[in-house]
Amino acid sequence: MRLERREETSLLLGLAAPVGAIGASLVICSLLMLVAGAPVVKSFGLMVQGALGSENALSETLTRATPLIFTGLSVAVAFRARIWNIGAEGQLYAGALATVAFGSDGGTIATMVPVWALAPITFSGAFLAGALLLLGPVILKVKFGVDEVVTTLLSNFIVLLFVSMLLDGPFRDPMSMGWPQTPPVADAATLRHLFGGASRLHSGFVIAIVAALCFWQFNARSVWGYEMRAVGFSKDGARFAGMPVRSIILRVALLSGGLAALAGYSEVAGVKNYLTLDMSPGFGYSGIVVAMLAQLHPLGVVASAIFVAATFVGADAMSRSVGIPNYIADVIVAISLLTMLIAIMLARYRVRYA
Amino acid sequence: MHDAFDMLVSASFWAATLRISAPLLFGTLGELICERAGVLNLGIEGIMTVGALSGWLTVYYGANLWTGVLVAATAGALFGLLHAFLTVSLSLSQHVTGIGVSLLGTSLSYFSFRLLITATASPTIVPFSPLRVPVLADIPVIGPVIFVQSPLVYLAFTLVGVTAYIIYRTPLGLAWSMVGENPAAADSQGIDVNAVRIVAVMAGSAIMAIGGAFLTLSAFNAFFVNLVNGRGWICIALVIVSSWKPGKALLAALFFGALEAMQVRLQQASGGLPYQLFLMLPYILSIAALVVVSRRVAGPQALMIPFRKGER
Amino acid sequence: MSLTACESSECSVLQMSGITKRFGSLVANDNVSFSLDAGEVVALLGENGAGKTTLMNILFGHYVADEGTIEVSGKRLTPGTPQAALAAGIGMVHQHFTLGENLSVVDNVVIGTEPLIRPWRSRGAKERIAEISTRFGLAVNPDAMIRDLSVGERQRVEIVKALYRDVRILVMDEPTAVLTPQETDTLFATLKHLVKEGVAIVFISHKLREVMEVADKVIVMRQGQLVAERRVCETTRDELAELMVGRPVLFPTRKAMSPGKPALRLDGIVVRQRADGPNLLNGVNLVLRQHEILGIAGIAGNGQASLAAVACGVVKPADGFIHIAGSVTESDPSEFVRRGVARIPEDRHATGLIPEMSVWENVVAERYRSAEFAFAGMQRIGAAKRYAKTIIDEFDVRGAVPTTAAKMLSGGNMQKLIIGRTLSQNPAIIIATQPTRGLDIGAVAYVHARLLEARERGAGILLITEDLDELFALSDRIAVMFRGSLGTSMAAGDVGMKELGLRMAGHAAKSGAPSAA
Repeated sequence: MRLERREETSLLLGLAAPVGAIGASLVICSLLMLVAGAPVVKSFGLMVQGALGSENALSETLTRATPLIFTGLSVAVAFRARIWNIGAEGQLYAGALATVAFGSDGGTIATMVPVWALAPITFSGAFLAGALLLLGPVILKVKFGVDEVVTTLLSNFIVLLFVSMLLDGPFRDPMSMGWPQTPPVADAATLRHLFGGASRLHSGFVIAIVAALCFWQFNARSVWGYEMRAVGFSKDGARFAGMPVRSIILRVALLSGGLAALAGYSEVAGVKNYLTLDMSPGFGYSGIVVAMLAQLHPLGVVASAIFVAATFVGADAMSRSVGIPNYIADVIVAISLLTMLIAIMLARYRVRYA
Repeated sequence: MHDAFDMLVSASFWAATLRISAPLLFGTLGELICERAGVLNLGIEGIMTVGALSGWLTVYYGANLWTGVLVAATAGALFGLLHAFLTVSLSLSQHVTGIGVSLLGTSLSYFSFRLLITATASPTIVPFSPLRVPVLADIPVIGPVIFVQSPLVYLAFTLVGVTAYIIYRTPLGLAWSMVGENPAAADSQGIDVNAVRIVAVMAGSAIMAIGGAFLTLSAFNAFFVNLVNGRGWICIALVIVSSWKPGKALLAALFFGALEAMQVRLQQASGGLPYQLFLMLPYILSIAALVVVSRRVAGPQALMIPFRKGER
Repeated sequence: MSLTACESSECSVLQMSGITKRFGSLVANDNVSFSLDAGEVVALLGENGAGKTTLMNILFGHYVADEGTIEVSGKRLTPGTPQAALAAGIGMVHQHFTLGENLSVVDNVVIGTEPLIRPWRSRGAKERIAEISTRFGLAVNPDAMIRDLSVGERQRVEIVKALYRDVRILVMDEPTAVLTPQETDTLFATLKHLVKEGVAIVFISHKLREVMEVADKVIVMRQGQLVAERRVCETTRDELAELMVGRPVLFPTRKAMSPGKPALRLDGIVVRQRADGPNLLNGVNLVLRQHEILGIAGIAGNGQASLAAVACGVVKPADGFIHIAGSVTESDPSEFVRRGVARIPEDRHATGLIPEMSVWENVVAERYRSAEFAFAGMQRIGAAKRYAKTIIDEFDVRGAVPTTAAKMLSGGNMQKLIIGRTLSQNPAIIIATQPTRGLDIGAVAYVHARLLEARERGAGILLITEDLDELFALSDRIAVMFRGSLGTSMAAGDVGMKELGLRMAGHAAKSGAPSAA
């Protein structure tokens, strides 16, 4: 078996790739469902209904997609520059922590600043927290050549333990009857719900979409976007041309870390209003899948985030009725990542049998 | 100071060290085997989880412990085959494939566990009991520490020796090293680069999976979500620290095991510092070790570079 | 003229028939057939891109031919696997050495000769290597690590690798590209020795002089086809040149010019290595004048890469000063570009261009922050594309529009793009490193013409090249790099090939003046 590069990759093939990948993943998972003894078609039907079948379902899916758009953008920004940021999970929690630190009701900051300023301050604080967290491993890579895959990964565990430590101590809500969670965020800093009733959809979703649009234009047209693209494709070529490679890489790190932190911010300020340890069921890691399914394109990230969110929300609904563990969603998403890699390859290369 | 000295000479401390080091040693050795052939295997965390679950399930359903280990190794090898097929045969990104394989391993394991075990409390099995090596266990001081251990610990030590022998003394070891150094050179001398890489990744993954099985069949006796808890990722750091040499991998794993064994005592001695700080130590130390070592170490030159025949 | 070699397969040790190989729409080999006898030296001659290496890669099993067969001593050779070629007695010394840096000479020679199942290594390997070493005059130290060896030593290891396996057909791909004239002579002596033992040799080259010296028979390839076979004694260099190129190629001639003011001056430049070890550049001094081409000769690895990096502003020297148009300049690539330094780097793929980006993105890469291409943090993409179009038109970059990805261009067109981007700014200084490596003759002539044109307009050109023909064709003055030191420059007319070779190897000049500090 040989791989021969295609002369041109048509746009059609590029769009067909994620569709093919997801399709293949669903087929493989239906085999899994068969093995588990569940009715395949009915289960998929329940998933689709649970994710998209009613206003409530749709609102839940989009709510679930919001942090995924942020982490997906974060990973896309980093991977484009060949920075393997696997630390989105930790950056998310750092952002969440900063949100609570800056924005909590009756907290020091809330009393010091005017009401209208609390929301932007909390937002910026969260962004900074994530940005600085990723800066560490990237500086280690740039200065000492330490591979950032391991350092960002390990930092996830460190951050989670740190959060746990704070929840046991200074950040614990005295009103929470011993349950480890923080005090709520002030009204002035919360993200408004977009619709009334049972819908949990909040303005964080809008912020996420705006972020995706901004990054899309930024990447395609701005000087900084050009520099980031160049460094991502060829560090040596960029350096030779006179681009400040180190500083560009650090900029990417700040942007990527900040975006992942916004996922934490939006979850705390928009969904629950307080921070708990189990707040993120792996949003950071799912962000990697979201970014790859989108082929690192910011608009694609929105679409694939909604797909991944739909998978999880649908699986929750299905597992309640059919008795399949909701981990099936994780399996679907993991297989989609692998099939997507294969699909991208097939779009770029022709397979020849020698 | 007294406490520290007492601890360092206590047999139970060193026994705990070996017990904690074993999964790290399996993982590091397994990853080393993959990377020496030029393939980064980030699936290690998922593969260890797969090994932990499959080994434990086998024993839970009635088979004996060694069969469980064998099943774990086979499951690991299969995941290794998946990773190798994607990265070696199809030349996909080793970073992203590894993360995908890891996610697949953990999600499949948790899915299967929840599907098959519906009880709310995790059921237990009877794990390996320590095996006493006659005569050697009677040596004063070190005897009870080294020679009364779970059989899997002895397996880990043996694997270190076997791996080192193969790498340094056999033609297979030479081919293996060359494939990671300069695959074009190996190819021009008649070595099937892809075959060697695929076998290396499968073998390494099998050993990683045994490391996972150690957790459920020897260290503890039940499987639960987040069992592996980042050990796989620590092993990735340890491989670099060990300069891709089996002997140094043994030392690195022992060192980390000792530090973690000390952690409980350190916490007691510190008088009230939050326990989370001590749990953070292994991860922080891994990062520190990487910083110290990364500057001086030259790894296999072709690590992470796919080999495509006919592309010159 | 047809050959008089016997036609029957009994005495042909190698017979390639009807070999055709396509890569997409490119036909790399088109129905090529030739034969080789024992003890014969055949040169495979052709310019870059003619298909010589592809043909030999098919022989050795790196590629599989789409059509055609190969017979070794009458037996069919299994295609597509180096194992089969090795077993049939074929050995290949590749153009880019295939050696494991962090392994020893013994390991590199022995790998693949022992069955993988066997749990112990062979004994006697070192002795066998020593025996081959003495018999063929190839001095190698079996225990040395490859990373510590020079280029010439590495090539010897490559040859020992082949001899260790009792090679009957030895293929050498551009073996003299990295050797001094003296080392080339030694190599040819070794080849004659091998020939006496009955080994057949295929020698790939684009250098006419060497082909005439060492080969019995010449096979000329052009654009994938075998265009001629000649016995060396029955042909001339001119005939071969014309067969090779297929059309008259006008090489530009260098007009005599008097040099102007100094454009670039390097004073006492020192560049250190990361680990301990000798300095990469040891107090290098040079003066580059307007209207002058200064050629830097030297064996690869003696500091040329560092010299180029310093001259391009990419590496900051540990000591010393760089003067551009009289004033000291800080080492920064964009600063150098602004002061009028045009840079043509050695590696078009890794440094000169960013292959994944489009032509317009590459063309503005050195000046993307200037007011011409940027405004308020946003790029002026329209202006950039228009600029790209003018460069494509003026410098004859084929197969490109501003949005084409640079990696889709052929090597020659990539080089034209780099030259276009850089010469269109009318630079006062040009740093050109291996500017025609891997290019076909037409592109080589084009590059030479543009460089000479720039020289006439007043530029000072620093030419760093391993191609001695190019060096003599273009340079007004020549200086030699050896172990990080630059010898004093000499007028090109005053230096002969032999003397140059001696200086490149570090020997003092006849006049007694030291050539290396």
